[in-house]
Amino acid sequence: MGRDRNSVIKTKLMKFRKFILVLFFYTLTFTNSYSIEPDVFVQSTVNRASNILSKNISKEDKINELKAIAKETVDIRGVGFYSLGSVRKTLDENQKIKYSELFESYFLKSFSSRLAEYTNPEIEVQGKDVLNKNYTIVNSLLIGTTDRPEVKIDWRIYTKNPNNPLIRDLIIEGLSLARTQKEEFSSILNSNDGDINVLFKTLEEFSKN
Amino acid sequence: MLKKLLLITTIFLFSAFNANAGSDGELILKKNQPSEVKDCFENLNRATFAFNQALDGILFKPVASAYKVLPSPIKTGVSNSLDNLSTLVTIPNNILQGEFKKAGINSGRFVINTTIGILGFVDVAKHIGIPEYEKEDYGQSLATMGVGPGCYLVLPVLGPSTVRDATASVASLIGGDAWYNVTVANDTQHFSDFDYYASRVTSGIDFRAKNYDAIENLEKNSIDFYASVKSLYLQDRQQKILNTNKIIETQDDSDWEEIETQ
Repeated sequence: MGRDRNSVIKTKLMKFRKFILVLFFYTLTFTNSYSIEPDVFVQSTVNRASNILSKNISKEDKINELKAIAKETVDIRGVGFYSLGSVRKTLDENQKIKYSELFESYFLKSFSSRLAEYTNPEIEVQGKDVLNKNYTIVNSLLIGTTDRPEVKIDWRIYTKNPNNPLIRDLIIEGLSLARTQKEEFSSILNSNDGDINVLFKTLEEFSKN
Repeated sequence: MLKKLLLITTIFLFSAFNANAGSDGELILKKNQPSEVKDCFENLNRATFAFNQALDGILFKPVASAYKVLPSPIKTGVSNSLDNLSTLVTIPNNILQGEFKKAGINSGRFVINTTIGILGFVDVAKHIGIPEYEKEDYGQSLATMGVGPGCYLVLPVLGPSTVRDATASVASLIGGDAWYNVTVANDTQHFSDFDYYASRVTSGIDFRAKNYDAIENLEKNSIDFYASVKSLYLQDRQQKILNTNKIIETQDDSDWEEIETQ
């Protein structure tokens, strides 16, 4: 009886060891191979957004779902600091935190309401151009319809962490949205003697309206 | 006519030598960087921009809105005809930029589309496989010769420009645009001034209609619409001057360099 119990315990232990070993190798293999290709990442993000836009739900619900995707796939903090230009170096920690919060609200509102205007956009990823280990440009095409011509869209993907690629810019027919935003912010700062509080107020008002 | 062409060529060569700069791609890229273009007349520009916006609201936007609902083949045909007319400015500029092969191909396109394509309404050249190149103008030619853009300028009705581009467009009025020559400058008895101005206004409406939603969207989501339009215009000019769609050539990666979020 005692022997039987021992052999059962032994078998269980062996099974447990096997399980741990398999889990270890699986984790090792999984971690090593789980880097997402930027073009696959863009196509999957676009498909997710497209599904939302073609859903039969209210515009407000669409905006909320698009915001959730943007939070997950866009480097909002990075885009925010890029948009500030050299001014970012002059901010203290509290200002940086405040700016990041304001920028996120502004960005999500602006981004989702821009996208929500489209109904069922069809975007085809066509290729990619690896700039360096941190950046890949993914080329895609928004298929034309009877109402609008086809539009070339390039995506600047931040690939420093290959397991978690993030969108940093959208370049539509060669025109960079991040750069446009940077120049817009710069114009507001220049017209107000570089007063960051004016920019904070403008972002706040935009998000509220 | 020959005298006028000589005059334009001389002005352009003179400007190019005065620019005292090689037409090295990197230098052209740097000179035309949107951030390098000064807004010397910002107050006046903003006032003109406000005027243009008001004009757009009263005239261009409603007309473009009606134009948008026309059947697609008509819109495409009108757009093709306007593109065909603009080839008349592109060809001399291909030559000024030393692109003789493109000038030849564009001339072929113009002849085929004007005749078989019924005054350019049908882009027959495209159907038979003749390549289509980017539009060129006198401002782009000066830029490729090394002339910098000068200050940013907003022109009444015509919209965003730069001192260089606005000055260069005068070339079209002194013989550099064959369409202007046969309509306004000379009495050919086949065309009138009206034809020229109608084509220009239609071109503006066609542009507004094609970009209707994009402009509305941009205006709605901009915190400084004037600055957004300025930035987009200057980025677009930079790309046209370099004749490239490759963003890596026009975007400075160092802009992003120190921003580490991962």
